[in-house]
Amino acid sequence: MMFKLFGGKKEEPAEQKQSLFERMKQAVTRTRENLAERIEDVISFRKEIDASTLDELEATLIAADLGTTTTNEVLAAMREKVDRKLIGDGDELKRVLKQELLAILQRAEEARPRIEVEPPEVILVVGVNGAGKTTTIGKLAHALRAQGKTVLLAAADTFRAAAIEQLEIWGQRTGAEVIKTKPGGDPSAVLYDALQAAKSRKADYVIVDTAGRLHNKTHLMAELEKMHRTAERILPGAPHETLLVMDGTTGQNGLQQAKVFTEAAGVTGIVLTKLDGTAKGGVVVAISREMNLPVRYVGVGEKQGDLIPFNASDFVDSLFQ
Amino acid sequence: MFENLTDKLQRAFKNLRGQGTLTAENMDEALKEIRLALLEADVNFKVVRDLVDHIREKATGTQVLTALSPAEMVIKVVRDELVETLGKDTAKFKFASQPPTVVLMAGLQGSGKTTTSGKLAGWFKKGGHRPMLVSVDVYRPAAREQLKVVAKAVGAHLYEGENVESNTESVVRLAKEARREAVINGCDVLIVDTAGRLHIDEQLMEEMQSLRSLLNPQEVLFVADAMTGQDAVNSAKEFHDKLTLTGVVLTKMDGDARGGAALSIRAVTGQPIKFLGIGEKYDAIEPFHPDRVVGRILGMGDILSLIEKAEEKLDKKKSEEFAKKALSGDGFSLEDFREQLRQVKKLGSLQSIMGMLPKIGPFAQMQQASSKVDEKQLTRVEAIINSMTAYEREHHEAINGSRRKRIARGSGTSVPEVNNLLRQYAQMRKMFKSMSKPGFARRLGGMKMPGM
Ligand SMILES: Nc1nc2c(ncn2[C@@H]2O[C@H](COP(=O)(O)OP(=O)(O)O)[C@@H](O)[C@H]2O)c(=O)[nH]1
Ligand SMILES: Nc1nc2c(ncn2[C@@H]2O[C@H](COP(=O)(O)OP(=O)(O)O)[C@@H](O)[C@H]2O)c(=O)[nH]1
Ligand SMILES: [Mg+2]
Ligand SMILES: [Mg+2]
Repeated sequence: MMFKLFGGKKEEPAEQKQSLFERMKQAVTRTRENLAERIEDVISFRKEIDASTLDELEATLIAADLGTTTTNEVLAAMREKVDRKLIGDGDELKRVLKQELLAILQRAEEARPRIEVEPPEVILVVGVNGAGKTTTIGKLAHALRAQGKTVLLAAADTFRAAAIEQLEIWGQRTGAEVIKTKPGGDPSAVLYDALQAAKSRKADYVIVDTAGRLHNKTHLMAELEKMHRTAERILPGAPHETLLVMDGTTGQNGLQQAKVFTEAAGVTGIVLTKLDGTAKGGVVVAISREMNLPVRYVGVGEKQGDLIPFNASDFVDSLFQ
Repeated sequence: MFENLTDKLQRAFKNLRGQGTLTAENMDEALKEIRLALLEADVNFKVVRDLVDHIREKATGTQVLTALSPAEMVIKVVRDELVETLGKDTAKFKFASQPPTVVLMAGLQGSGKTTTSGKLAGWFKKGGHRPMLVSVDVYRPAAREQLKVVAKAVGAHLYEGENVESNTESVVRLAKEARREAVINGCDVLIVDTAGRLHIDEQLMEEMQSLRSLLNPQEVLFVADAMTGQDAVNSAKEFHDKLTLTGVVLTKMDGDARGGAALSIRAVTGQPIKFLGIGEKYDAIEPFHPDRVVGRILGMGDILSLIEKAEEKLDKKKSEEFAKKALSGDGFSLEDFREQLRQVKKLGSLQSIMGMLPKIGPFAQMQQASSKVDEKQLTRVEAIINSMTAYEREHHEAINGSRRKRIARGSGTSVPEVNNLLRQYAQMRKMFKSMSKPGFARRLGGMKMPGM
């Protein structure tokens, strides 16, 4: 059901119509001249392919946080094609490279198609500290409420100072009820209450906020596992979606995050936040490639409308901007 | 999981056996591995380029020491270069001559500013200060409530303010009022927590600039997430250009990110990393030590692995015996000393070992001592002891003027050199004895100190 989130609605706010590509370009051009020597669209001006063309492409991909392994393997394929004269000029090289990256992202998307579920649909939101979980939940609630859905928010981050208040403000903004306990309370208990409430009130969605946790803290990951089990026990099939919220500025550690959170909480998709900055978020290519874990949404700001469905093709373009 | 960089370098140098010289050619593969390691650790690729150039320059022509393999030699050069780039221990604060000292927190969204503000307040309190906290984050939902909870938890004063709206006027007014309030309350430090902002958000960066010129802070700290990737250079540079940062706090170092952003940020801002955030609790903050972060960036867990390597070459048992003896009432003899010298020579460079130990307590002294010793001198010292009789080695007090002359002649050195050695030996004996507190011997034995 999630895929309908942003579709099928009569009057979309204008800002939502802009593509990710345009919005990111906008953010970047604002101060483009102030930024230290941005990597330009490296090869569109160059017809001949030489060693430096590939070096520059390598720099572009590394600078976008794809990591050395993914970059080297993708470029090795390109190099081979160049050697076998399958690629003639720079423009073509770039086109083929983009296709290759797109294929990686699309494979991951196809590996995890979204499924229709009987309401209430439970979305568990996980991630490291400060990634943007609570804000993303606010944005999701906003989009769902705009479609006339009823949404319950479970304030299962009982650890961070004022985390509950933060979610409550989002609840007020979007007209979603917040199920909570006191600070320091048991997150699984909140989850339990929220799911019971959703069942009896026939809510369409339950979105579960969780405390940020670094994936190398085993006791915190065990807590997440427990929440996952709790959800399943109360509502078979739940959580229907587990979103890993990842800060767009994240480097290679993102891969480890994806792996460990998936082990503990069965992550089904990624939300890549803060792409309104200058970071590219390229580590998701490495994640898609290694884990077949797709990106679902992209965060492009702090306001409620600043969440857009992931568009692989726009994203690949943005890597080269 | 990952192949250790040391192993990779070892492989890179498989053709360079025994004694040799590092050349641009034989280092090529090693430098490639270093480049990859740094990139995997999220050091910005341009910074990596500069670092690798420096490392190549520095290492080329270096004589490989007997005890260190070429790979270890290169690691030493890399380590030195990275430590130099990161700067020395820098957890120092500038204080205002006229209180309050103002600390302005700056950074991207979610980097850890509010938490770090609380940690710093706790840090100042421990140091005998009276910190006051104020949040001028009027934008993020519940951000000010968050700082209120934090302030209460660390027992710091908080200026809350009234009639706060989500605009720059409120921000500036809050800051002004907080400073006045700090003076009235006798708070000598004011920590100003700000809203996270993107470096390309012109309006909010301007707001930050107004705060800076209004408060004229002693410290403007850039709070950055250790998990940050390649973009760290862009945000850090922009924040520094606009705000003239005075330092950096790297948060979430309790995770398993390699933390290469530390190098990137340092390289583009030139500002010292002052603290590391190592947890969500309010005491989870520690002063920055470059060696440890370098070990982590290189994926060596700790530079300690190098020491371990060296340790294998040291005769462990002998060292332990020596340590025990040195710390005992009898003290160590010149014979023991010579044995230690041989160990040290086997190891290669004394200084490199010393440099890896924490610069605290007795180690600081030893490091000072070690920095004065060079390899050639070690050989001369050994020659002097070689020229002594067994009796003399056990009874240094018996070595009178004529014996000294004989020893000098026999070792091809001079009487002043012999005098010097005997004086230093006596000093060291005393130093070791004075350190024989319980527990130290065990640690020394465990550390395999070469005995200088
Ligand atoms: N610029 C920008 N900021 C964001 C985005 N998503 C979240 N944030 C900000 O990031 C910070 C941390 O977000 P929060 O939702 O509290 O993170 P959590 O700790 O994971 O719950 C807040 O200041 C948010 O406003 C985004 O897409 N763009
Ligand atoms: N594990 C860990 N979490 C941290 C550290 N510093 C901050 N955090 C967490 O990161 C998240 C964002 O921190 P916060 O101080 O609100 O960031 P701000 O948006 O920059 O003010 C919170 O969940 C904090 O608990 C740290 O050093 N280690
Ligand atoms: Mg949160
Ligand atoms: Mg904050």
